[in-house]
Amino acid sequence: MRVAAAAPAQRRVPTRPRMTPAAIRWLSVAVGLGAWEAYGRLLGSPIFTYPSAIARAAVALVQTGELQFYLQASLVVLSLGLLLAVAAGIPLGVAVARWPLLEHVTDPYISALYATPTVALIPILVLWLGFQTQAKVALVFLFCVFPILINTYQGVRSVDRRLLEVARAFCSTEWATWRDVILPSALPFILAGIRLAIGRGLVGMVVAEFYTSITGLGYMIVQYANTFRTDRLFVPIVVLMGMGVGLTGLLKRLERRIAPWMHVLREE
Amino acid sequence: MTAKMVVEGVTKRFGDVSALGPCSVQVQPNEFLCVIGPSGCGKTTLLRILAGLVPPDEGRVWVDGEQVRGPRPEVAMVFQHFGLLPWKTVWDNVAYGLRLQGRPKAEIQERVPKFIELMGLRGFEHKYPYQLSGGMQQRVGIARALAVDPEVLLMDEPFGALDAQTREFMQEELLRVWRTQRKTVVFVTHSIDEAILLGDRIVVLSSRPGRVREVLSVDIPRPRSGDRVRGLPRFHELRHRLWELLRAEAEVVR
Repeated sequence: MRVAAAAPAQRRVPTRPRMTPAAIRWLSVAVGLGAWEAYGRLLGSPIFTYPSAIARAAVALVQTGELQFYLQASLVVLSLGLLLAVAAGIPLGVAVARWPLLEHVTDPYISALYATPTVALIPILVLWLGFQTQAKVALVFLFCVFPILINTYQGVRSVDRRLLEVARAFCSTEWATWRDVILPSALPFILAGIRLAIGRGLVGMVVAEFYTSITGLGYMIVQYANTFRTDRLFVPIVVLMGMGVGLTGLLKRLERRIAPWMHVLREE
Repeated sequence: MTAKMVVEGVTKRFGDVSALGPCSVQVQPNEFLCVIGPSGCGKTTLLRILAGLVPPDEGRVWVDGEQVRGPRPEVAMVFQHFGLLPWKTVWDNVAYGLRLQGRPKAEIQERVPKFIELMGLRGFEHKYPYQLSGGMQQRVGIARALAVDPEVLLMDEPFGALDAQTREFMQEELLRVWRTQRKTVVFVTHSIDEAILLGDRIVVLSSRPGRVREVLSVDIPRPRSGDRVRGLPRFHELRHRLWELLRAEAEVVR
């Protein structure tokens, strides 16, 4: 939303150039947090909380090592699932784009699985894979693999036909054309797919921690909700938020670095 | 003298539309041959057939007595859309053809700077195409084609996407470079002035399906420069003649 809304708005703004957009954003966050803090203190309810209480709870949870312990368990699940999704999604996307036969063979399965709410598969995954890490990783994998696969496919298919002709005119072999033209041109699409996958992977991770054996940040959430420790309950939520923002931001920066020409084209 | 390139009775259809020919042309060694014709007459199709990128429906093309059945390393092409790889620097784009041909590293290290220098690209080696103007991008396109030391250079309206001033400047540059790199050139254009300024001969194609309507010799001595050539009476005679031919063809379409 930030990208879509910010770009056209900036052009109309110069009537009031006193604050930069970044300053407005920071101010907005500060005002929001301040209002929450004031309301929370005023209310004084045991099941409501406010930022400074959450910060204190976070310090306590870090000091006891509890947060790190559960975060680590979550990260193992997330990174294994994501890694497997990348390892399977990219080659599969390339293969499907390369061989039309394979596309027709796999398309019904991919479309059907992608359209199915992945959450609905949890009971069957538990039956087949048990309650432990395996089932969780499988769930994260299912959440992550489709955006990667589909974006890779789209990236390969949307390669500039004219550049393929250039490669042919210079007597490029098929392998060299993949190396020099198709894969570099698909790379920004693949990275965007991974960025989407991270967002979905976080959802998959928390859902897996709720519905299989309860572990990780999901465990913290459930446990502190059951004991009405709302200040502590917010700590893993803030951590998840930070992970989502941080990881997708990192990927966005990576996209810009790896494919600067894409952003030039968009700005024109 | 045997012809460098022979085109014999080449035709091409796209679906129901007859796009080209039958078309027969001979290109002499080290000749600068311009191909001009009304828009949609199949100029670009002819060039792509010469490059071996599309097979003709009928007829044949020979280079040095060998029939063209696909792209050949001794034929290089310059594209109207430049055709640079956006993820490669100027240096790597110029080296592209050499690497594909598996030339030794030492040769690539020696040839790439040479053609970067020749096309006036010194200092831009590490820039990416999107950081360059259209004229500079096409300099890279020409450097890339010349770097593989082709015997035949095929140019498909290479300056068609450039603004008028850059275009004139690039024509002068091409004349300068051609003086040192005496290749056989087939240059497709829709600009009458460009064809007269650059060409030894001009092939005028008819409207679709393109056939050879006439071949004009440009008897203006080299070295040429735009300023001087445009002042010559002969330039205006040729220009007038080409105008008449093309207008007649344009009217056929109407």
